[in-house]
Amino acid sequence: MLIRRKPELTYADVTPKDLYFNRRKFLQAMSLAGAAAFVGKSLLELTAPTRNVFAASKFPNLAKSPFSTTEKQNTLEEVSHYNNFYEFGVDKDQPAKNAQKFRTSPWSVSVEGEVKTKRKFTLDEILKLAPLEERIYRHRCVEGWSIVVPWIGFSFSTIANLVQPTDKAKYVAFESAYDLSQMPESRYAGIQLPYVEGLRLDEAMNPLTLVTVGMYGDSLPNQDGAPVRMVIPWKYGFKGIKSIVKIKFVSKEPPTTWNLANSQEYGFYSNVNPNVDHPRWSQAKERRLGEIFKRATLMFNGYQDQVASLYTGMDLKKYY
Amino acid sequence: MPSLLANKWTKVPVFLLCLFPFGFLVWRSFTGNLGPNQVETLQHTTGDWTLRFLVITLCITPLRKLLKLRDLIRFRRMLGLFAFFYACLHFLTYLGPDQSFDPAAMWKDVAKRPFITVGFTAFVLLIPLAITSTAGWIRRLGGRRWQWLHRLIYISAICGVIHYYWLVKSAVLRPLTYGAIVAALLLWRLGDWLFRRGRSIAVAQKTENASAKV
Repeated sequence: MLIRRKPELTYADVTPKDLYFNRRKFLQAMSLAGAAAFVGKSLLELTAPTRNVFAASKFPNLAKSPFSTTEKQNTLEEVSHYNNFYEFGVDKDQPAKNAQKFRTSPWSVSVEGEVKTKRKFTLDEILKLAPLEERIYRHRCVEGWSIVVPWIGFSFSTIANLVQPTDKAKYVAFESAYDLSQMPESRYAGIQLPYVEGLRLDEAMNPLTLVTVGMYGDSLPNQDGAPVRMVIPWKYGFKGIKSIVKIKFVSKEPPTTWNLANSQEYGFYSNVNPNVDHPRWSQAKERRLGEIFKRATLMFNGYQDQVASLYTGMDLKKYY
Repeated sequence: MPSLLANKWTKVPVFLLCLFPFGFLVWRSFTGNLGPNQVETLQHTTGDWTLRFLVITLCITPLRKLLKLRDLIRFRRMLGLFAFFYACLHFLTYLGPDQSFDPAAMWKDVAKRPFITVGFTAFVLLIPLAITSTAGWIRRLGGRRWQWLHRLIYISAICGVIHYYWLVKSAVLRPLTYGAIVAALLLWRLGDWLFRRGRSIAVAQKTENASAKV
């Protein structure tokens, strides 16, 4: 039997003398560097806290969605500190401060109008209407910026199928909560409140249209439209009404807030369209939050395959 | 107060004070404190300070006359140049991040969008004022012509306010506030001019009457 013996240590294995003698210094230097890094990091943390955001316990069994994009997501910090929510102030950083005390519980959403069974859902009921999915959508604001957000929710068609719209139902009208005592800043909003929005019934029934109850694995922050909002990813962001209290199936095109404020600039449809400019600025490009230069805006915000057929034969310059 | 204004060293702290908004912006840029939309923060902040410095510059003459602070005039050029400085930064944040330093794209945008057109006009009008802000140019142009040229700041300020007003979606309170201040400052000038004109006519008539009597 051959016993393989490891060769004896050779001279090459000897620690060089200078290194040997300096090993204490080396260790000291290492710990100093470590301490410096730690202090530096804590300082950075103080100036720009990177909150640990994934409390994922709230929605443990989220289904993944084929509609999700693989693009780089924006951070929760960005998405929750850059909001257009005029009820809580007109500056982007105001909702994050002013919406903190907004009461989202108890909450209920009344579903009414041209339906066979009118219903009033509590938030708990809404959360159990359908298995919740994570949908990572592009979100394009009419102002020319965009974000990528992992929303949580289910398709609006779930609600429609429960209440069964009648033949007369051609549109869906949405209404936001409005309480001046909780929204004192809304006095300076310059728009008529409560905020109202609307979709054509077929748009509402498109599987992309999302009843949204959370984001980043957790409930919606108040400033992002808690406790329940709409997300319609191929339309400009303002179509995604926040903090919904009423959903009404109607026969005629319902009024919508920004259209009421300025019908020249904001149409009922407001589909993301790089070829139809806002009267005051181009819609051909957008700035993704976190980036310096602008990128091209995609037709229907890149959801052409899913929604283009909704608008065949329509002049999208006329129905902007 | 008058002696403080006359002191040649007073310009140093005023200069540093005017530079402070810029320094603060640089600090925020390097510490990552510009918020989620960094470019927009830079654009809005530099735009705000341009308008503020235009307003401050326009305040000098009325304050000088109303408070009889002759030496205030010593600060007008510096304040006006700071308005131009912030306007340049504002323009750069547009030309760079918005238009990717593409002059052709910029011209198209300037020609097409009234909101950009007025903003660009407000900026361009400040350029000859900045160039001719030196004592040499005052001499070369002659006081009267130089003064006429520098009244372009009125148009620049008006264009700046319109630019701001056309930018916002519905929150018009702040642009209207700037508008009211600029309007007040220009109306004061009109009133002052009418008053002086009336007085000089009265003086002329008086002398005429006096000479007729002789």
